[in-house]
Amino acid sequence: MIRASQRHVGFYAALIHRLSGLALALFLPAHFVVLGLALDAGGAMDRFLDWTTTPWVKLAETLLVVAFALHFSLGLRLLALEMLPWSSERKTAAGVGIGFSLLAGLLFLLNPL
Amino acid sequence: MEIRLFQMQRLSALVLAPLVLGHLALIVVVSGEDLSAAAILERTRGSWALGLYYGLFVFVAAIHAPIGLRAILREWTAWSGRSLDGAMVLFGLALLVLGGRALFGLVLS
Repeated sequence: MIRASQRHVGFYAALIHRLSGLALALFLPAHFVVLGLALDAGGAMDRFLDWTTTPWVKLAETLLVVAFALHFSLGLRLLALEMLPWSSERKTAAGVGIGFSLLAGLLFLLNPL
Repeated sequence: MEIRLFQMQRLSALVLAPLVLGHLALIVVVSGEDLSAAAILERTRGSWALGLYYGLFVFVAAIHAPIGLRAILREWTAWSGRSLDGAMVLFGLALLVLGGRALFGLVLS
């Protein structure tokens, strides 16, 4: 059960920061292994890249991009709270961070560039 | 040790922040391209700038991730002590080896 004191923007920002960090920590070794496939003469990386075009994998990739941007932006918020003379916990910063992350995910998914 | 780890976590975050922003931009830019192993290698082979950029990225991430994972595991599970510390050191070393191997292949092969 969530206590009243936890029902706070700061609590959710910290929780999302942690969960996104956990997801990235688990993903990172796999990411490195896949990058290491580039040299495989048997075309292992090309087969993997083909697989990433399927809708569910694309969705998972998009969620990872959002998690990456969330961990970045909410991490910046945490650093600012600790290092800058901010008097309150700045709900706006959390909102901007989440907005930036969703935008990054959308740009990745729709690729308008 | 906790204070030292806290400081390393914050310092590594400060180094990672601009690198992450650059990597996010790269992800978005290449997301619509029809990538292949050959196309990737054509861009990465011999690029010292890319090697230095991602070499620093891998090195600092291999410090940042295990410290963060250790903090989560200590708070959310019953695991703590030397076995957890040892496991996190191994996790960091694994990231260094896997990331270094991938980078070596992409840039220096």
